[in-house]
Amino acid sequence: MMEIAFLLNGAPLRVQADPTRTLLDWLREERRLTGTKEGCNEGDCGACTVMVTDEDGPKTLNACILLLPQLHGKAVRTVEGIAGPGGELHPVQEAMITHHGSQCGFCTPGFVVSMAVAHKLGRQDFDDQLAGNLCRCTGYAPIIRAAKAAADAPVPEWLDDPLPEVAHLPFRPETADELAEWYLAHPEATLIAGATDVGLWVTKDLRDLAPVAFLNGVRDLRGIEVTENAIRIGACVTISELGRAIGPHYRSFAELIRRYGSVQVRNAATIGGNIANGSPIGDSPPALIALGAVLHLRRGTERRSLPLEEFFLDYRKQDRQPGEFVEAVTIPRQPDRLACYKLSKRFDQDISAVCGCFNVTVADGVVQDARIAFGGMAGIPKRARAAEAALIGQPWSEATVSAAQTALERDFTPLSDMRASAAYRIEAAKGMLMRYFLQPQPVLEVQA
Amino acid sequence: MTVAKPLPHDAALLHVTGQARYVDDIPAPVGTLHLAFGLSAVAHGRITGMDLDAVRAAPGVVAVLTAEDLPFANDVSPGAHDEPLLADGTVHYVGQPIFLVVAETHLAARKAARLGRITYEELPALLTIDQALAADSRFESGPRIWSRGDAAAAIAIAPRMIEGTMEIGGQEHFYLEGQAAFALPQENGDVVVQSSTQHPTEIQHKVAEALGLPMSGVRVEVRRMGGGFGGKESQGNALAVACAVAARATGRPCKMRYDRDDDMVITGKRHDFRISYRVGYDDQGRVQGIEFLHLVRCGWAMDLSLPVADRAMLHADNAYFLPHVRIESHRLRTNTQSATAFRGFGGPQGIVAVERVMDHIAHTLNRDPLEVRQANFYAPDGSQSTPYGMRVTDSIIGDLAARLAETSDYHARRRAVAEWNATNPVLKKGIALTPVKFGISFTLSHLNQAGALVHVYQDGSIHLNHGGTEMGQGLFQKVAQVAAAGFGVDISRVRISATDTGKVPNTSATAASSGSDLNGMAVKAAVDTIRQRLAEMLAQEHQCAPADVHFADDRVTVGGADYTFEEVIHRAYTQRISLSATGFYKTPDLSWDRIKGQGRPFFYFAYGAAVSEVVLDTLTGESRILRTDILHDVGASLNPALDIGQVEGGFVQGAGWLTTEELVWDDKGRLRTHAPSTYKIPACGDRPRVFNVALWDGPNRADTIYKSKAVGEPPFMHGISVLMALSDAVAACGPDYPALDGPATAERLLRAVRRQVGHEL
Repeated sequence: MMEIAFLLNGAPLRVQADPTRTLLDWLREERRLTGTKEGCNEGDCGACTVMVTDEDGPKTLNACILLLPQLHGKAVRTVEGIAGPGGELHPVQEAMITHHGSQCGFCTPGFVVSMAVAHKLGRQDFDDQLAGNLCRCTGYAPIIRAAKAAADAPVPEWLDDPLPEVAHLPFRPETADELAEWYLAHPEATLIAGATDVGLWVTKDLRDLAPVAFLNGVRDLRGIEVTENAIRIGACVTISELGRAIGPHYRSFAELIRRYGSVQVRNAATIGGNIANGSPIGDSPPALIALGAVLHLRRGTERRSLPLEEFFLDYRKQDRQPGEFVEAVTIPRQPDRLACYKLSKRFDQDISAVCGCFNVTVADGVVQDARIAFGGMAGIPKRARAAEAALIGQPWSEATVSAAQTALERDFTPLSDMRASAAYRIEAAKGMLMRYFLQPQPVLEVQA
Repeated sequence: MTVAKPLPHDAALLHVTGQARYVDDIPAPVGTLHLAFGLSAVAHGRITGMDLDAVRAAPGVVAVLTAEDLPFANDVSPGAHDEPLLADGTVHYVGQPIFLVVAETHLAARKAARLGRITYEELPALLTIDQALAADSRFESGPRIWSRGDAAAAIAIAPRMIEGTMEIGGQEHFYLEGQAAFALPQENGDVVVQSSTQHPTEIQHKVAEALGLPMSGVRVEVRRMGGGFGGKESQGNALAVACAVAARATGRPCKMRYDRDDDMVITGKRHDFRISYRVGYDDQGRVQGIEFLHLVRCGWAMDLSLPVADRAMLHADNAYFLPHVRIESHRLRTNTQSATAFRGFGGPQGIVAVERVMDHIAHTLNRDPLEVRQANFYAPDGSQSTPYGMRVTDSIIGDLAARLAETSDYHARRRAVAEWNATNPVLKKGIALTPVKFGISFTLSHLNQAGALVHVYQDGSIHLNHGGTEMGQGLFQKVAQVAAAGFGVDISRVRISATDTGKVPNTSATAASSGSDLNGMAVKAAVDTIRQRLAEMLAQEHQCAPADVHFADDRVTVGGADYTFEEVIHRAYTQRISLSATGFYKTPDLSWDRIKGQGRPFFYFAYGAAVSEVVLDTLTGESRILRTDILHDVGASLNPALDIGQVEGGFVQGAGWLTTEELVWDDKGRLRTHAPSTYKIPACGDRPRVFNVALWDGPNRADTIYKSKAVGEPPFMHGISVLMALSDAVAACGPDYPALDGPATAERLLRAVRRQVGHEL
């Protein structure tokens, strides 16, 4: 048990908590705040969305995979705290009623919180802001109408929460040095950054994780440093922060990140967690590998660096020693030739069946260099070496691309699973390579 | 009058503030226990051993029940008595409940449920349509066959003939609120149950059977569901019965809710179908004769599969006159979840097949598919009848489709799509207009009845109760509007109360789109009874006819007198006039023989049409819906805002069924898509980028509540326009008819595109 301090709907609280208790269970079972709903208990439906304010401002998070210690020093608002202290409705609540945005009402609290946060942040890209909230009744149209109608209303001042002063928590290191020392002494521990994956170990695998360390207080792992030659990203940078920072350098990478989970997931998930997790799909690793990213690992006071693709050894197996953790990843700066193509059953908030990232340098009509990496095509995010070889030194032409397409068959022997068959994965990967060559109009830009 | 007003959902304020209570939100008494099932890991097998010691020893566990511990009936089926609550020696699918854990917390119950050590003697499992057909594993002794005329002969002499086969996937309901129930033991062994169910009377019935009680010993209450879509018509029985038997065994209140993965693994889904067709037609595309073969994967228990398969047959015609027709339907038993009701109840599968036929015919004739559809529409003059012999007297489909074609600019856009496709090698567009004609009434005719209970209190406030359940569709508000209109009072005077088997008995499920038709009429009957008493009272006082007493604007006028509603109610109370009444309604003019496939199963038809335009990326198979226009017939709407909500939501759900929502089982019968991480319902960005929905402006010709029409299910089928538009886009990639199956995932689409150039993936 540990004592955690945070603000709940404006009121300061101190809570004795099991470190792996989810906010959702605690709200519903201990506080009887039942407006926040459990729809899936894995961060996919958004019915449990809450507003969490920290030093960077307000954001949405999924309460079902948010562990109580992650809230230390922050301010939480549930749907019960979106209306004013006297019961005054928030503009998005008014608009949801007026525009018939609720039917069964079960997803509605999550939508209201997402909409209130987007409203506070002045965001009007509603399809993105609400991609992490599923509704089965309305077909979304009236919800979007409500969001638009409320967009220009002033932000209610009652949503401005002060942050509480809090004490240091034993499981929550505040510097990389502190983390390194602790983890060296507890190499069996589970490191929890955003808990977007580890949360499911708790809610779905029903695992006991002790001992644990929460990384969201480690300030010196949260920096993004842009120098003349490289962009260095601290391991605890969230995917949301990464998306904002990377857009000016690699537009397509930012677009890929826009489709990474949902706003709620990107606000929690970190780049370090994404890499260390070692998923065969990876989301960002294929892009990072295509950009030639270097991974920085740390164990105690020892540090080493390696090309990111060498970190992934085999299915769910990485080149990481006990007590060693991801400290940062560095992307070399280069002209933006990167294109990332994510293929999933659903366009938004889905896991890639295939994710292909292409970085080809052409001069005088001849391919000078090619770095191509895929997720979902092997047990690990992996470079397409044969396809790269088929391109380099050849004229940048449909014939060359066609030969490289054939080479992809030598690069990969993908699996068939519930997301896609092996034959389709190969065919789609080839299609992506051709798309990179042809550069057709993006489907999203086509009008009726 | 309050009917026809676009009032918000009655609970909208509660929804947006988080105050609306669902079963798991109702404060539970101290000492409430929580339940979880231990599930079968094999698709078919005899249980040879059950070691539950670790389950019993797990922290927080109070009791563990198996089939042998159940005091009375071990059955949660809606009728066939083939669905034990807990497996009785044999398991029939992966996910079948075997034992029940009763624990101090939800989490403790879930953890303990995984500790059971069950051993099985595995038996051959039938997972697919082909396996079930080969093994002759079916419900009913053989196929149901309905026919009119001589289809084979008509096909033989027709100028043209085609045949084909279509696979149609199932669908997970994905109601946002999972299944949930709560049982509170009462004195004398009775029980009160709160359940997230569309069918409180059936819950009452099954709980009574399980506890050895008369139905009068069980009261079931349902305030609202967080979505139902048919998935809570029968699938809530297991949880309610489990809570009731556990409460009986422990003497404590018991609550059960499925974790999402358990919910998806345990409960039934929409039936998947394979439909083959053979059709003879003329050069205009008019059908001369047609044969359909429906192969229906029903899963392990009968549940509602027979009426679902019947309704698929009943919609094999959709909006088209089929002069010579034969429909053969096989209801196959497999070792998978027992497929169940889902919005449309088989209708969508029947309809999508005949839409495929129209599309296929048009392709062979190189004609606009809309022309072929129009050539086959039921005539408006009532001269034609359905394959089951019901005269179609209310067909507006021709006019409706024509108007939609005009308002959506269909013809010009079809030309623009062709031009786009001529110049774009990678991205192909497609467009399609599809109609819907959907039969309204339960096909089991006796279910078409409803009751209501209305009280007016001394202060003029009105308590409204009826047998329908609220799952988000806005039924409660529509029915409250009916009550307010009847009394001539403002809607705020009407208090809507939870559905309660103690107030209105013997109700039918809120299903078959019937909610407002049936319960609206029952409420009107109750209101009319009370109003008549009030009118007679005042008529006597004023020496006039009761018909001269008028109720409007919260006032009652008679002769020159003008009373407030409260004054009249108070006067009635002091004159000892009953201010409470029940109402009852049964749908007239129904007759149906499901064995012969003949009669008049429906009171009327609801119509509509949709135009969708899509774009398809031929490099990967990815697609987007660019624009959808819908014109839908709800008769004279009781509430246009709620009706448009049903149309928009139904369309997106239907489009999901035919695009991204794919259920995948592995070769051991394990469902691999059992959470939203792997099963993808449409998200916000999947709705059409341009989305225009309008309501047809004619009243119902049948005598329904204020001439409105049912709206729950029919708009679901507008999603078919998306599949046909995708097919149109694939058709632009080569010479062949695409023969696209559902769901048209990116993989299916890319395979279809490659097939156009002779490349089979």
